Amino acid sequence: MRAFDYRRAGDRAEALSIARTETARYLGGGTNLVDLMRQNIEAPAALVDVSRLPGLIEDTPTGGLMIGAAVRNSVVAAHPAVRARYPMLSRAILAGASAQIRNMATVGGNILQRTRCAYFYDAAGSHCNKREPGAGCDAIEGFNRYHAIFGASEHCIATHPSDMCVALAALGATVHLAGAGGERNVPLLDLHRLPGDHPEIETILRPGELITAIELAPSEAAANSGYRKVRDRSSYAFALVSVAAGLGLAAGKIEDVRIAMGGVAAKPWRAARAEQVLRGQVPTRERFREAADTELAAAKAFDGNEFKVELAKRTIVAMLSELAGTEA
Amino acid sequence: MTPVAAKMKRGDSTDGGAASALGSRLSRIDGPAKIKGQARYGLEHHPANMAYAVIVQSTIPSGHIRAIDSKPAEAAPGVLLVITPDNVMPLKPITTWTGAPSSDKPYLALTREINFTGQHVAAVIAETFEQASEAAGLLRIDYEEKESIPSYDDPKSGAGNPLDAMAVAWGDAGRAFAEAPVRIEQTYRTPREYNVPIEPHGLVAEWQGDMLTVWEPSQWVNFMIHNYAEWYGLPDEKVRLISPYVGGGFGSKAFALGHGAIATMAAKMLNRPVKLAVTRPQTFTAFGGRPATRQTLSLGATKEGNLLSIVQKGANETSVDGVWVEPLASVTALMYATPNLSARQNIVPVNTVTPCALRAPGENPSAWGIECAIDELSYEVGIDPVAIRLLNYAEEDPHAKKPWSTRRLREAYEEGAKAFGWAKRNPKPRSMRDGHHLIGWGVAAGTYPVRRTAGEALVRIFADGRAEVASSGIDMGQGTYTILAQTAAEAIGMPVEQIEVKLGDSALPGAPVAGGSQLANLMTGAVHKAATAARDELIGLAINDPKSPFRELQANTLSIADGVISPPRGGESMSIAELLRRLGRDKIEVQRDTLPENANSAADKLATYNTITRMRSPTDGDYSLHAWCVHFIEVRVDEDFGTVRVSRVVSALDSGRLYNPKLAESQWKGGIIMGIGQALLEEGLVDPRQGRVINNNLGDYLIATNADIPDIEVISVGVPDFHASALGGKAVGELGIVGVAPAIANAVYHATGKRIRELPITLEKLLGD
Repeated sequence: MRAFDYRRAGDRAEALSIARTETARYLGGGTNLVDLMRQNIEAPAALVDVSRLPGLIEDTPTGGLMIGAAVRNSVVAAHPAVRARYPMLSRAILAGASAQIRNMATVGGNILQRTRCAYFYDAAGSHCNKREPGAGCDAIEGFNRYHAIFGASEHCIATHPSDMCVALAALGATVHLAGAGGERNVPLLDLHRLPGDHPEIETILRPGELITAIELAPSEAAANSGYRKVRDRSSYAFALVSVAAGLGLAAGKIEDVRIAMGGVAAKPWRAARAEQVLRGQVPTRERFREAADTELAAAKAFDGNEFKVELAKRTIVAMLSELAGTEA
Repeated sequence: MTPVAAKMKRGDSTDGGAASALGSRLSRIDGPAKIKGQARYGLEHHPANMAYAVIVQSTIPSGHIRAIDSKPAEAAPGVLLVITPDNVMPLKPITTWTGAPSSDKPYLALTREINFTGQHVAAVIAETFEQASEAAGLLRIDYEEKESIPSYDDPKSGAGNPLDAMAVAWGDAGRAFAEAPVRIEQTYRTPREYNVPIEPHGLVAEWQGDMLTVWEPSQWVNFMIHNYAEWYGLPDEKVRLISPYVGGGFGSKAFALGHGAIATMAAKMLNRPVKLAVTRPQTFTAFGGRPATRQTLSLGATKEGNLLSIVQKGANETSVDGVWVEPLASVTALMYATPNLSARQNIVPVNTVTPCALRAPGENPSAWGIECAIDELSYEVGIDPVAIRLLNYAEEDPHAKKPWSTRRLREAYEEGAKAFGWAKRNPKPRSMRDGHHLIGWGVAAGTYPVRRTAGEALVRIFADGRAEVASSGIDMGQGTYTILAQTAAEAIGMPVEQIEVKLGDSALPGAPVAGGSQLANLMTGAVHKAATAARDELIGLAINDPKSPFRELQANTLSIADGVISPPRGGESMSIAELLRRLGRDKIEVQRDTLPENANSAADKLATYNTITRMRSPTDGDYSLHAWCVHFIEVRVDEDFGTVRVSRVVSALDSGRLYNPKLAESQWKGGIIMGIGQALLEEGLVDPRQGRVINNNLGDYLIATNADIPDIEVISVGVPDFHASALGGKAVGELGIVGVAPAIANAVYHATGKRIRELPITLEKLLGD
């Protein structure tokens, strides 16, 4: 670990001003960034601790919810409004990491956590374009069981590890940002980038820009929602495939449907094609399978993760069947 | 339970009469200190002026180092020393644990020749750990890489080297198999598995003149001081190793290793104490885990399910510069009665660290093969999996042709099956379901030999009413402190709370390895002998010393209980402490060993505590000595996802007498939990291109979490076995894991109709049709 400066920001303005003047990284709970610094994968000159900035969960005037970026993951998961109105978000968070990590990790930090690709972490001897642009990607012909089946490039096939973001993607969350140029809002789905030619650039954030909050719109489908995570062991494991979904039914037909997948791409993957197949349809297992087949038609698997294509389909069908009450 | 069994005494608290300290369910006496953080582990010792060493490992699997530029590292802040192959201190060759010389050449802890990725190539020592770590990244190493053999699946590895001396054969197994009416032939595989104890490896080393003190977790204190002493050409007395607590070892902490050589030489070169903690990723190559194994088993049987022949062809990986044999026939040639058997094994050198012991080396993968194969045979002939095992029950050791000392395996099947509800099982695969979960019930047996080495112990009874037991033997969580206190308390007749046990220090009386599941048996024997002698001496004083109130009485009429000496028929009693005070004695001190009377010289003791040459095999003697177990396991397989979760375990085990049932049960359960991880999760992922273990951390190398473990019911079916040990116990520590993985694989087959013959059983192996 390299020596670095540590500054705790008293308020947002101070955080932005420190970050503007130094080669700094914002620090939330530190559950990922500090690990990466200890392994010399990240070596910021300074950490600007934003974990003490005001973090609230509040109703919005339109009936949605605003969640401050500094709110701890465990607080979001336990919040009555989240549990009642957006249960998929609560379940996704609780499916991730461990209780200790969730007690530390912040919403902003969770969104910006980096891939768990073993080659990315293995700075001592593996090649990784994300860690060292131009070095090559050892995962493409290596162990890629955990890797992407959507949106990968010839330079990187890593996945985004967050469970929370999968729910946020399904919910169509909006990310509130503040930076030197003022404030702006972007859809969560547009925040993360696919690897393309620059896997080292993972988001559209500008230098020094800070995530300040997540906004959830009101949604009927969100109230009937859930999260299914398929993993090797029952706790403390990243998803092989996960699905967050919400289902709004009216007169026996699907009025609104939200589906996103985790563990399949460098960003949380909204299954827009599957949603399109389902809107206006009667919810049946056959229709769910058709939607899943349609979404996964574009999947491209590697040697170690071919099983993910079928697994993703089955996870979508299982999640939607549970929500529709059509379980076999 | 049969009427005969009901009358049988087990020598533990189930017999009633809880007055016996030995056999009671005392909680671990070292527990409170550990819970409060007061138990100081080796690496928590911080002498003044200590420097920190960090190891650098090779990034190529094979080849040599052309040059190392250590100048940038040497110039980095705080750096005191950089050790490379160019300035490494040559040490003297050691005697191995088999008593043979390791080499006639000096031992070099760092060499330019590279035989595996992750081989130590340099070390940086600095004022702080952070400075040493930072400087370690500044070494510039120029490698010349050679072609490597990443695993025994690489065609370049060939078939390996046959181990003719280990071949087992009786009858004509090949012909009997060829002529058998029913034949099963399958290959069973296990991946590389790693010990990953939670306490990492490492040490603090300090020289004072030519005296070396090492604070280091150890499963074998005496052998490790001998290693260090031989490296530096010192007598053993010039090395002290202190290992009061060990945070798990599972076979990996019995030897002084490369990092120990580096830390001790750094301390010598700098004339300062040096601490070296191997990082978690480095532990995956700083010592070996269980090698990958494969075995092809051919079972020939009658249509009625009687075994006619077993043919086994096995192989395990070893390193290109070392030999590790994972004895794959150890259970195959022991479990069932078969008129014909042939077992052969090769070892295949590949570019890896030399593998080593991981809980039940040999028995574990051996049971994986035979216990899956017998299950396959049961379906082939249409017989219940328990019934086919009883049908082929071995009434004596089929290999050694000797009677079992005790083999309560029938009772294990009976009691385990009853507790599990096996009789309700529908034998048809895919016949049990709960929603999306396919439910399967599987069974498998296991065994572990009783190994016997002598030990010694010191017992002191003090005038303040306390007593002390001392040995260099160790406690790595299995309960040595506790059962030795119980043993002394019972032998002397004192409350167990008054006994203090000192362990894990080479300054104390010697002990052989805490491995092979032998320590509890040999140390209770030694402590019992020493404590009984101390009691005899106390009684002798009581009846002979003029100042004793008991001196008119006969020796055999005095009793001692709860620390109080009493004459017969209600005369006046007196506490041990009061008697010693009245006699003007501050203590009674007795040391005893359990070496044979014709072989207990100083040289014999060294051979006993510093090698395994005096360890008696389970068939040395008139009987064949083994512990036995049967696991009944229920799995739930999610039909959609292929995920397997263990939902119920009932295991019945015969470890003979249990000195403390609570601790023995914990040991068994620990083994079963480790077996669940082995069955479903554990697998070292070695990238064949660079030989890197890419999941070399506890986030990616998956072991079972609490959420993966259901309630586990363990049933003791053992009875005291005095052929096996002085106080009647058999093997405990390594028994529990043996047979767990095949029981799970057999349950998965029952649930799904799919046979998985390669561990671990991950979901993609079950997803396909």
